[in-house]
Amino acid sequence: MATKNKKSVKAAAQKKIRKPKLAVWKFSSCDGCQLSLLDCEDELLTVAEYIEIANFPEASRRVIKGPYDISLVEGSITTPHDAERIHQVRRQSKFLVTIGACATAGGIQALRNFKDVKKFISAVYANPKFIETLNKSTPIADHVFVDFELRGCPVNKYQLLEVINAYLNGRKPNTPSYSVCVECKRRGITCGLVAHGPTCLGPVTQAGCDALCPSYHRGCFGCFGPKETPNTSALCAYWQTLGVKDEELLRLFRGFNAYAEAFRKESEAHEN
Amino acid sequence: MKTKTLKVDYLARVEGEGGLLVKISGKKVTDVKFNIFEPPRFFEAFLRGRMYSEAPDITARICGICPVAYQMSSVHAMEQIFGLKVDGQLRALRRLLYCGEWIESHALHVFMLHAPDFLGYADAIQMAKDHGKVVQMALKLKKTGNDIVNLIGGREIHPINIRVGGFYKLPTKKELETLVDRLKWAVDASIQTVKFTAKLPFPEFERHYEFVALRHENEYPFNEGRLVSNKGLDIDVQEYENHFMEEHVSHSTALHSILKERGAYFTGPLARYNLNFDKLTPAAQDAAKSAGIGKGTNNPFKSIIVRAVEILYACEEALRIIKEYTVPDKNAVTIDLKPGTGCGCTEAPRGILYHRYRLDEKGIILDAKIVPPTSQNQKTIEQDLREYIPPRINLPQEKLTWQCEQAIRNYDPCISCSTHFLKLKMTYE
Repeated sequence: MATKNKKSVKAAAQKKIRKPKLAVWKFSSCDGCQLSLLDCEDELLTVAEYIEIANFPEASRRVIKGPYDISLVEGSITTPHDAERIHQVRRQSKFLVTIGACATAGGIQALRNFKDVKKFISAVYANPKFIETLNKSTPIADHVFVDFELRGCPVNKYQLLEVINAYLNGRKPNTPSYSVCVECKRRGITCGLVAHGPTCLGPVTQAGCDALCPSYHRGCFGCFGPKETPNTSALCAYWQTLGVKDEELLRLFRGFNAYAEAFRKESEAHEN
Repeated sequence: MKTKTLKVDYLARVEGEGGLLVKISGKKVTDVKFNIFEPPRFFEAFLRGRMYSEAPDITARICGICPVAYQMSSVHAMEQIFGLKVDGQLRALRRLLYCGEWIESHALHVFMLHAPDFLGYADAIQMAKDHGKVVQMALKLKKTGNDIVNLIGGREIHPINIRVGGFYKLPTKKELETLVDRLKWAVDASIQTVKFTAKLPFPEFERHYEFVALRHENEYPFNEGRLVSNKGLDIDVQEYENHFMEEHVSHSTALHSILKERGAYFTGPLARYNLNFDKLTPAAQDAAKSAGIGKGTNNPFKSIIVRAVEILYACEEALRIIKEYTVPDKNAVTIDLKPGTGCGCTEAPRGILYHRYRLDEKGIILDAKIVPPTSQNQKTIEQDLREYIPPRINLPQEKLTWQCEQAIRNYDPCISCSTHFLKLKMTYE
């Protein structure tokens, strides 16, 4: 995959004279998705040959002014300040891509959306008045138009390269919207749902990890969020016949993509 | 009187969102604020009600740079509650995984985040134009660390193979042996790295810190040991909260951690090194000696050399573990659920990471506390700046600002980590 990327990136760069400018923005997150770019150890210097890394504070203190051709946005919106800042980012960006579960679904910090955030603040901070935060952690698309959403907690770095590559070539990124089950079957992994234990979110979770957890003998826990048209209620009804309790189902759907609509609705169906 | 303000709105080449504000009046520094404005994420609050078994996966999401550290501290805390001992090859595998994270995280910091300061570049990509071979070596070294985490953990960011009691799936001996050639190369590369860092220009700057790190009787510390300091601290990890406390200050969404008796302290590679030099491999000791840091140093800028020495140690340790590895009979120790409170403290790349959990009889988390390394170093960082600036007060503002940034990066601050915690009681006027 890496060599294929290099070739087509090269072809794309030859067509353009000015290097497109890339910016990386951070909102509420763990930094892991933007780190994925630096984790492209074999590809990073090549990417930098064809794209100008113009604004990437985690990696550089140099900031080249916008507008930017492509913006990668990590993290969710959780403060009034960030709710403003994302509009500034959008105004400076021609093509805006959200990377990871925080930016596309609100992330693990969206668990606050189901509770009273004031209680959260006083549970964690001694002096709540210093803390400014919104009631909900929301995805970027709730605030501004998003050109492309890349899923994952964290994103798959090869998918990230694919998005950059596709942009350079003026085409749509090739990322699947089918379920983890497809990847699992393709790798010939024994179905854990049948063989080991009941709970695996694979049937309702979008592919992208290459069926990582099933290949390590554990059930999928939904890092890539709901697949296109997931039938979560049928899956839960099946699990309930096997004795899985509501509280377990609630926890299962309240993970890193808890606020993605399909998972949110399903979890709410199991709430007391 | 002439006053000036040094201001860095958004500190670069650190993980997370922070800034710096220094106020200078005449020749005096009147205020230093290492601002942390990373939005709070409330992990300690929403861990309540989750299963004990979810803690390693959930807490990993606190930090994409050192997820293994979070997974390790959380599994140790849970195992203490259940009275489990994970030893033999399972313990060794955890150590190997940690070696991978240290190599990957230290290589990132040494070459991509810190070295550009010493050499006057904005970033590693600019640096690559003049030092292409060094940057290529750096990336390969970083990848070697990631390869270890990948193989054992499943992926480099937020690994999925770590569970309370052990692993989901064990690697075979053959799989681990595929790492050997890369690690042998990495041993040489890390010796080069130590040499490279030793030649960097270091400012004259030393302070009498209280260094705090784990210390284990037989090994350089990763997962286990007593908490010790150069000023007489020597406690079991369980006594942590009797000796340390956190303060909530207005300019930071991360709590400032202090020693109750003596105030600010220093955790991280420099502390580990100064307190555990005798546990390093002979090659790592020799490399450190020829780099001129002897058995210890009080110059925080030289932590870049120490990180290089720790990369070398981690590569050698990884080779040793792989050589001695045999596949254990079971992938995880069986768990008997028990209610109770337990804590774990391990050496993240940036220093000690403390977790404490209270569980009910079904294994549900009732209460959680997490203290990451950066929140522990915040106060020391501010104190460094207060002493570092006065003798250099006549430097051009831009240069002085950059040097202050560099002084903060000595600690490899991980702001994403430090922001989401804390729990304490404090009163304010």
